[in-house]
Amino acid sequence: MTTLQVMFFFFSLITVAGGLYTVIARNLFHAALGLIVSLAGVAALYALLEASFLAAAQVAIYIGAIAILIIFAVMLTRGVTGKNPVKDWWTYTITAIVCLLLLVVLLTTLFRFDWPQTAQAAVPADSIARLGKSLVDPSLYVLPFEVASVLLVAALIGSAYIARDKK
Amino acid sequence: MNVINDPFTWAGNLIAQWLSGFMPPVGVDVTMMVLRAGVLGVFALVMFMVMTWIERKGIARIQDRIGPNVAGPFGLLQPIADGVKALTKEDITPTNADRMVYNTAPILSAAAAMLVFAVIPFGPGLIGADINIGIFYILAVGGLGIIAILMAGWSSNNKYALLGAFRVVAQLVSYEVPHVLSIAAVVMLAGSMSMITIVEKQPVWFILVLPVSAIIVLLSGMAEIGRSPFDLLDAESEIIAGHHIEYSGMKFALFFLGEYVHAYAVSCMVAVLFLGGWSGPNIFGLTVPYLWFFIKSILVFNVMVWARGTLPRLRIDHLMAFNWKFLVPLSLANLVVVAAADRLAQAVGFAVGTWPWALVMLAFNLAMIAVALAMVGATGRRARRATESRAMPEAETHEEEAHGVDAERAPVAVGAH
Amino acid sequence: MLQDFAFIGIFLLVAGALGVLPLVLAWMVRPAKPNPIKSSTYECGVETFGDAWVQFKVQYYVYALVFVVFDIETIFLFPWAVAYHQLPLFAVLEMVLFIFILAGALVYAWRKGDLEWV
Repeated sequence: MTTLQVMFFFFSLITVAGGLYTVIARNLFHAALGLIVSLAGVAALYALLEASFLAAAQVAIYIGAIAILIIFAVMLTRGVTGKNPVKDWWTYTITAIVCLLLLVVLLTTLFRFDWPQTAQAAVPADSIARLGKSLVDPSLYVLPFEVASVLLVAALIGSAYIARDKK
Repeated sequence: MNVINDPFTWAGNLIAQWLSGFMPPVGVDVTMMVLRAGVLGVFALVMFMVMTWIERKGIARIQDRIGPNVAGPFGLLQPIADGVKALTKEDITPTNADRMVYNTAPILSAAAAMLVFAVIPFGPGLIGADINIGIFYILAVGGLGIIAILMAGWSSNNKYALLGAFRVVAQLVSYEVPHVLSIAAVVMLAGSMSMITIVEKQPVWFILVLPVSAIIVLLSGMAEIGRSPFDLLDAESEIIAGHHIEYSGMKFALFFLGEYVHAYAVSCMVAVLFLGGWSGPNIFGLTVPYLWFFIKSILVFNVMVWARGTLPRLRIDHLMAFNWKFLVPLSLANLVVVAAADRLAQAVGFAVGTWPWALVMLAFNLAMIAVALAMVGATGRRARRATESRAMPEAETHEEEAHGVDAERAPVAVGAH
Repeated sequence: MLQDFAFIGIFLLVAGALGVLPLVLAWMVRPAKPNPIKSSTYECGVETFGDAWVQFKVQYYVYALVFVVFDIETIFLFPWAVAYHQLPLFAVLEMVLFIFILAGALVYAWRKGDLEWV
């Protein structure tokens, strides 16, 4: 068992434990904190893969922006203290069935996928520069790049409209 | 290598040699990393003490008084006295506080501030970890500090703490936008995010090449830390310390520590990005890069103390308007103008990093500052004229009323305008 | 590169330990005499009333939202900035277009009054 494998299992454990706590916690704020732990675990996994920019982007965007947004959204609800849990057994049953179906789909996909067995090429030293170049290269990703900006504007306009006080 | 040139690497090599006498290479590596991390952490704590002393003495002198001078000569032992006081104060945990979150918040706040020092280059080889995403890593750990504030506000079981935490997070999150956009301009010109590469690409310091970015990074850095003039939300006379109302003793001291360590970290970052990092002339033929870095970071911190002592606090709506309506458009325009100026200078034939190129960039930046100030001035003049024209008809009606009443009430009417 | 990240992981642990150490020290040294009056929630010197749940203004959410959009913009901006010196002119123009589109979003939010502090 190499050090890398040990680290991988450790961070996977953190990710899964964080995710588990997110769905089990009664208190919504604790659930948000569990989500943050899970996201941090994913960032550590990216770092293990030497995808340094992605790891930092994960922490900066998910933990530094989206988790804060989630916490703000959670504060808007009254159920944040966890004093009113769902008591309806029908809801629990439907949820369990849907989750089981999702589990079956994910497991079949995972086991049927052709995972590469040999070591991949090493990450090049100028990976971030290459990423930057591919974002604006006409034959590569420039169209998704510009469409992404339009998508962001659409998201901003939509959410701002929903959140606005209608006078 | 010379001992004076780089005592830290020399000492590190000595210790590594001694350790490899009885440890496998992996053990030596891990021990050296732990040692380096320990030295950086202790350095951050020691600098916290130095910063609090500089701040108290500096603010005192600006306010025409002496500042602490009882504990030790020139009050140099004052931070230690403060530390002892924080240790011995009783720690009052409010009832119904969320214990786990309540205790973790100050530790996370202090740790997030200290994490920045892992990528600060004190000299050519003196860096904790020269990762290729250096400056972006600093932005990432800023997010952890924000989470710590939310945790503190939530777990105190106090609606003022919660309200204070929301407002502080809204301010911090808003000022992160121009901060990141202006740092992107520096990354653009340096061609890398690694801190050591950014320093090496500064034969001409970036403060002369990108003054607008430097000013925006310093201002938004000050707002990110929550210092005056942006400290409406956790100042003592306002919402009574905001998210750390319910913290006392050492936990409050950890928040305080986090704030000052963050302030020094921002000063170091500005020194690396804009003031050329460790570059400086030789003293008596010795290269002392760490000394120059130290001088530059303390200089930037002094500018922050100066701003705190001189400027009045900004009101919250002014603060937000300043950010979203001035700094963010300015930093977006800054990116476009810097790209245009750089391409223009290269088209004319000046190579990147030379003095003629720097002068072209400086000219464009100064033009941007002039245009921005002119626009703000024009908007201000328009607003003032609008309020004046609204006030004028009211003054005339006041005068008519004053003439129509008895002498008893006249002084009151006269005093009204 | 993995060594550098290992250092950062170790530094995180050391920073956490340096934060916990003063707390442990203080716990050993300080007095501990809690009583219900001292431990009650602070509310400017008067008795507390109501839950610790405040009317959360939606304005905070809007600021966080605009921040998320601009944060994602910077994620696209940084790799481009790293590759800037190796890019031809039209690549720079593509990024300028990107910035203009997002500046348009900012102008929209500004004109609709979403950026006012309520």
